[in-house]
Amino acid sequence: MTNTLHRYSEHYAFERTPNPQPIKDDYIVFAMASRGLNDDNLVEKYRSFLRLALKYHPVNIGDASKGGMLQPRQDMNPTAHWRRDHTADPERVIAGIEGHTTVAAVFDNYQAMKDFVGEVERAALGISVNISAPMDDARRCCEETGITRHSVEYSIGFRGRVDKLPDGTTLELSTMCGHGMVSANFARKMIEWVKENRRSPEEAACYMARFCICGVFNIHRAERIFKEACILKR
Amino acid sequence: MRIDPDKCVACGNCLPVCPVGAIHIDPDIGRAVVNEDQCVECFACFRGMSKEHLNPVMVRTIRRIARFFRFRFDPEPDICPTDAIVPQELAWPRIVRRAFSDPQVPHESTGIHGRGTAEVKTNDVTDRVKEGEAGFVVEFGRPGVGARFRDIQRVTSALADCGVEFEKNNPVTSLMTDASRGLIREDILNEKILSAIVEIKTGLERVPLILRKIGELSREADTVISVGVSTRCDGMGNDALRAILEREGYPMYRGKTNLGLGRVTI
Repeated sequence: MTNTLHRYSEHYAFERTPNPQPIKDDYIVFAMASRGLNDDNLVEKYRSFLRLALKYHPVNIGDASKGGMLQPRQDMNPTAHWRRDHTADPERVIAGIEGHTTVAAVFDNYQAMKDFVGEVERAALGISVNISAPMDDARRCCEETGITRHSVEYSIGFRGRVDKLPDGTTLELSTMCGHGMVSANFARKMIEWVKENRRSPEEAACYMARFCICGVFNIHRAERIFKEACILKR
Repeated sequence: MRIDPDKCVACGNCLPVCPVGAIHIDPDIGRAVVNEDQCVECFACFRGMSKEHLNPVMVRTIRRIARFFRFRFDPEPDICPTDAIVPQELAWPRIVRRAFSDPQVPHESTGIHGRGTAEVKTNDVTDRVKEGEAGFVVEFGRPGVGARFRDIQRVTSALADCGVEFEKNNPVTSLMTDASRGLIREDILNEKILSAIVEIKTGLERVPLILRKIGELSREADTVISVGVSTRCDGMGNDALRAILEREGYPMYRGKTNLGLGRVTI
């Protein structure tokens, strides 16, 4: 789940931007067990974690070994080109958990994330739980829920051949799957399609989310980025 | 990965979904082909695309007619209409590509999916990084550029010269022939992967030095390097790392916070 560590935003621009806008719609809470230490009754622990998350309306949930709420299908028929089903299926994710993996819930607002964290603490599942988000928001969440932070990991951005990377808007979309399954070229194509009104921002976000194998792609943040890209606000 | 020329209809949908841009339409045969040297065996095309099972001859005919009239058909962009993408059986050393690129494959050395590392995500039960220590997560090839082990070795050998110790429970370390010198086994040096993480641990006081070294080395690597640094907080939940990174001028807007809710239950 380093997967969620390096989500690009203006804060990591290669040429520093003055006063980058805070990201207020991208909060991930994920759970992970350690082999032989706390992986007893693991499937039930993970399922409980995701069921609790559903109460707070996450924009995506995922099992790192199976996928998120939107998954590709092997049995499409040609009508999909006119009537594509973009319905999210969280129950499929929960039912599909089989054992060791990482499970995650993505929220598009601080309050939902905080309320969920409070409930997870009360549930005392015994597995490791992490927030992946702007560090100040995560710290505030801990203070407000009475949790003492155990460890922290900072993303300090990208180095080396950054000239091989695409533009910031594309990166912001593609790095929402840190495993790299959402390609930059596909993100660029979707930006163009939305600009040309060939697809809506919602549809474009759903196409991209299906490639993210662990379900941490934030569909709402992607929609916002597409909309902003259309009116050249970025 | 390969694309079955008998099934492919050259719709082009798989081209942009390849994270490393390894697929193109060969004009001589009118089919999509995979550049084997560039393909990292991540399975994003095979697994990420939905599939129809249409008759290729029929689809090609329809496409030919549409092209003649200059019609533009707006197909769904994430569907392979004829299920033409076929995984190949991978042998050593090519199989390493998939191990480091396909997040669904757990690493043999750690049993963990994705990049196979636990970092401080489970630090509340493993106590891997202690107070006063810093854990470094140096990731090569991310985001979406890919890296060859040769580039990784260039950095690991230079880091080893600085006296750092590589995390033993890590997929890259498990492929080293001499971890004290940061040397990776020779038969995989030319293999290209989507990304790989090298983990090291030092005292907090060495953070500025190590980060500067990584910064210098990254200029010589032919890829992108993403860096994360972690530490354990004190009893009040404060961390000494933040001030160090702030002083050194590194961005640190985003990160992960282990809430300390894990406990040993076995």
